[in-house]
Amino acid sequence: MYAVLWRALPGPRWLKVVQAVALALAVVAFCFLWLFPRISPLLPFSQTTVGDDSAALFHRAEPGPSSAPTIPGSHS
Amino acid sequence: MTVAAAASRASRRRRIRLWGVVGVLGELTVTLGVLLLLFAAWELWWTDVEANRAAGKETSSLVQGFEATGPSAIPDAKAPGGLIEGKAFALLHVPRFGEGWSRPILEGTTHDILQSGLGHYAETVGPGAVGNFAVAGHRTTWGRPFHDVENLIDGDTIVVETRTAYDVYAVTGHEIVAPTDVDVVAPVPDQPGVAPTEAMLTLTTCHPKYSARQRYVVHAKLVKTYTRAEGLPASVLAVPGGA
Repeated sequence: MYAVLWRALPGPRWLKVVQAVALALAVVAFCFLWLFPRISPLLPFSQTTVGDDSAALFHRAEPGPSSAPTIPGSHS
Repeated sequence: MTVAAAASRASRRRRIRLWGVVGVLGELTVTLGVLLLLFAAWELWWTDVEANRAAGKETSSLVQGFEATGPSAIPDAKAPGGLIEGKAFALLHVPRFGEGWSRPILEGTTHDILQSGLGHYAETVGPGAVGNFAVAGHRTTWGRPFHDVENLIDGDTIVVETRTAYDVYAVTGHEIVAPTDVDVVAPVPDQPGVAPTEAMLTLTTCHPKYSARQRYVVHAKLVKTYTRAEGLPASVLAVPGGA
């Protein structure tokens, strides 16, 4: 798979190395800036609030002020 | 070519193709492994970078807003309905966590909000008010503001600085509960349905570290409120010596 990719890159070897590094960095950037922020809230590693989610907390808790319950945590 | 030779050529081709498939599977598995390692690095390092940057900006805005003499953009935590979802309104000071330790408190407890600082449970009262002022924060990742929460002992000082006042609380205890235990943020902690008579503060975060299996909850009671005009005595924020 990677061998096919390597052969597909144009140019002499040094240029292939440069392009491969650039592609790898692009993948890391994609992961860090788009992919991981999207999937992180779906994983249960860093929940810090009590209640199943904010909305559930406020439906079950004391009748409080009339302001609407907060929107559940997951974002786009 | 004999039948036997043709058969062995065919089986060699099948074996080569099979190894080809195994090779691709192997590369995919290694790729997945690298992605998982990248994810761990993102959670444990990058989220801190982003959160510290966001919290730093929120803190600067708060400090500037607190010191402004004219009308302020900072929501008034003591006015009914004064808080705005997603906006920072207070600074939490915890001397036990270190010299000058402070983090911004924003209104609401969504994922996005907790990436910029601490989150105030919107259905609980504001700082200094009778009831339970409850705040959530990350223990690991996203700047890990509550990383050292287990170091808090009874009597430790927690100060909530707002536009108009400094509310000084003293820790009364802590508990480890299930994530569904919403009673810890009830107006009287752990006593749902009881009308509050005291001003309490509650901090929630995950427990054990690097797990979200339970919640570590700290309770504190209001000891004194200083108006901004009175100012906060420096001794209140002195780092406590020893545990």
